[in-house]
Amino acid sequence: MAKNNIGVNRLTVGAHYGLKDWMAQRATAVVMALYTVILLVAFFGASEFSYEGWAGLFARQWFKIATFVTLVGLFYHAWVGMRDIWMDYVKPVSIRLLCQVATMLWLIGCAGWAAQILWRA
Amino acid sequence: MSEVTKKRPEFRNIHITQLANYRLPLAGLISILHRISGAILFLLLPLVLYLLDQSLVSENTFAAMRGFTSNWFVKLIILGLSWAFLHHFFAGIRHLGMDTHLGLEKQSSRHSSVVVLAVSLSLTVLVALKLFGAF
Repeated sequence: MAKNNIGVNRLTVGAHYGLKDWMAQRATAVVMALYTVILLVAFFGASEFSYEGWAGLFARQWFKIATFVTLVGLFYHAWVGMRDIWMDYVKPVSIRLLCQVATMLWLIGCAGWAAQILWRA
Repeated sequence: MSEVTKKRPEFRNIHITQLANYRLPLAGLISILHRISGAILFLLLPLVLYLLDQSLVSENTFAAMRGFTSNWFVKLIILGLSWAFLHHFFAGIRHLGMDTHLGLEKQSSRHSSVVVLAVSLSLTVLVALKLFGAF
């Protein structure tokens, strides 16, 4: 086969070439950075680290939602990062696929766990 | 053409055994530490969720969580977690800046690398002092 797949001859149809994940990783990074600032202000704004203050903060519905959105963003962010690591260092396709699927399932499980932590009855 | 000029050097990805004597520029060090700290944060995710869970269930589990985190080994893990977070946070902000074409030149990129290392490491030292009761 001729080398017709490099440079300007590269076939560029049919895929997103990772742009969407790249953007999502940046967007979730900004969300997490903002949440970190909010959490630190709340934490250091309190006179002492007590159960009442801490649980009171997490009792507010807006804070539960903000935390959940940040955590789901974190899981997406971690998925992109871990996928990059598997793609760079794990060469056999079967093991790589196994790692990627395991990461994905684990992060989805974490999202369920996070929901349970935040909205415990 | 002589035989000498035909022998051109072949460049490949370096082997894992060559890593130790490969001199990485500072920006490269920040970059690989960003990846390593990200992997550490991923691995410690269950610990973070567990601590968040215990801190919220009830006053009793909150007290138990504080007891658990006063163990020296747990403190050491939390210190590692703190470094990973701090490095990932500040190196991440640097990378976000570079995505918007801020500080891409050799000099300013090296300068921001120094800032990332200095800030993340000194804050990690602060966390260590706090964890092990210096203040």
